[in-house]
Amino acid sequence: MQTLTATYADEHLKTPIPVEGCRFHFPLLRREVNGKPLVYLDNAATSQKPQVVIDAIMKYYHEENSNIHRGVHYLSTKATEAYEQARVKVQQFINARSMQEIIYVRGTTEGINLVAATYGRTNVGEGDEVLISAMEHHSNIVPWQMLCEEKKAKLRVIPMNDAGELLLDEYEKLLTARTKIVGLAHISNALGTINPIRTMVELAHRRGIPVLVDGAQAVPHMKVDVQELDCDFYTFSSHKMFGPTGVGILYGKKALLEAMPPYQGGGDMIKSVTFEKTIYNDLPYKFEAGTPSIAGGIGLGAAIDYMNRMDMQAVAAYEKELLTYATKKLSAIAGLRIIGTAKEKASVISFVLEGIHPHDIGTILDLEGVAIRTGHHCAQPVMQRFGIPATARASFAFYNTKEEVDVLVNAIEKVKEVLG
Amino acid sequence: MSSALRDLYQEVILDHNKNPRNFRPMKDATRKVEGYNPLCGDHYTIFVKMDGDVITDVSFEGAGCAISKSSASVMTSLLKGKTKAEADLLFQSFHKLVTGELDAEKNAEKLGKLAAFAGVSEFPARVKCASLAWHTLHAALEKENPETVSTE
Repeated sequence: MQTLTATYADEHLKTPIPVEGCRFHFPLLRREVNGKPLVYLDNAATSQKPQVVIDAIMKYYHEENSNIHRGVHYLSTKATEAYEQARVKVQQFINARSMQEIIYVRGTTEGINLVAATYGRTNVGEGDEVLISAMEHHSNIVPWQMLCEEKKAKLRVIPMNDAGELLLDEYEKLLTARTKIVGLAHISNALGTINPIRTMVELAHRRGIPVLVDGAQAVPHMKVDVQELDCDFYTFSSHKMFGPTGVGILYGKKALLEAMPPYQGGGDMIKSVTFEKTIYNDLPYKFEAGTPSIAGGIGLGAAIDYMNRMDMQAVAAYEKELLTYATKKLSAIAGLRIIGTAKEKASVISFVLEGIHPHDIGTILDLEGVAIRTGHHCAQPVMQRFGIPATARASFAFYNTKEEVDVLVNAIEKVKEVLG
Repeated sequence: MSSALRDLYQEVILDHNKNPRNFRPMKDATRKVEGYNPLCGDHYTIFVKMDGDVITDVSFEGAGCAISKSSASVMTSLLKGKTKAEADLLFQSFHKLVTGELDAEKNAEKLGKLAAFAGVSEFPARVKCASLAWHTLHAALEKENPETVSTE
């Protein structure tokens, strides 16, 4: 075991991490699967964790475990400090104005549900409309559907073209006086499309409509600045950005959050409770009932420290290079069709093989040590739009290499050998 | 081909995937049930024609992976002329086989072509693929008017 103190020395936190070589910080990437070196290309589902994140969680349980915001004892103070420091790291990471705008949630899904259940319930009424896009993950469809059903409101959908790009003309037409909120994926998990969020937010704001952005797929790939995007809500998951599962963030503009009713009731979200009346806590705690994933928050903070040591521009350039290389190599395979060919794309490639079902591709690739996702990627409407039941999806992170793309390509040739 | 791969994608499976038997709709079917696995999108309709207790014809159509398609094909090729009770017994044997509870070698005679699916038990994620058609058929035999069957 590494010594924890060495990992936590300040100078370590400041040392820049070059893109090449970062791979060695991710212990799981060293393992074998089915007797072959692991080629992990399922990063859009969840990312692997660097040693510093694993160490931070271990350090918390070894040395600081205690409940937060409660005890006056030493450990509780330490745990609270570490958890709250992580909140500030998140605030700085996405350039929010205030730590009061950073709400801990379980993940992106809970972030969206929180907004639908509070802002949505308060502001959406009968005959109103909620506008989402044709490429949303189920988590940015179903909470709005539930809200619309409850309020007798209507869910409207921004269509996309065959490349997987949203039609902005249609979007503008769909923004009406009835539209009460817009929900958009920053990057599509199934297609890789990067949506023009800044422009889309501006178009909505011209009509006074707030926008929620599902940033789950964006945060691990690009520098996100919520003030620059000017979105009203931005939500993402720790586990897709090299942090632990069970924790995520909802950013919301302070004025909106203040006006919203609480989400869940319980401990920590209150100032005082009597059987007659409860006074709710201030932001951000108003939305944080119950003991949260403390280790999760601290782990997320460590993941942000890690990402801050990387040059995100270099990361984006490297991932673009990987995407271009993989797209070229995969396109050269006879019978392979890439689903999602937007001009602005993140390092996600969905594909189908003629006459071969994605599940068979997934199983055979797995035996070659290659982990990809197969299925509908929790985006069944996207599959319906392209007239396919499922796709195989290879999604890359900065620790993936061109050599791994070659292993993927050879493994796909093997699939064709067996089933073609 | 690695041995795990060969165990899963046996010749019988590859053959029935490429040339599925009884792969057609049936206009005069007495029972018709849809089977669906929402996880991977596998989707089949099973058609059965019963004469009293005997399955006089069985066919299927739809789309899915090689495992689910070949399983549906092999199933239809085995069931023609069987009684409901015989079909139920085969279903039980098949279920035990793909969940690793039945030794394929020791039961080779009973299993016949079904033995080709023994390798599935090594791939827990694929058991549902192999069983979809069987669950659908089971529903067709159990009820006069069954609803859609899902293995998820």
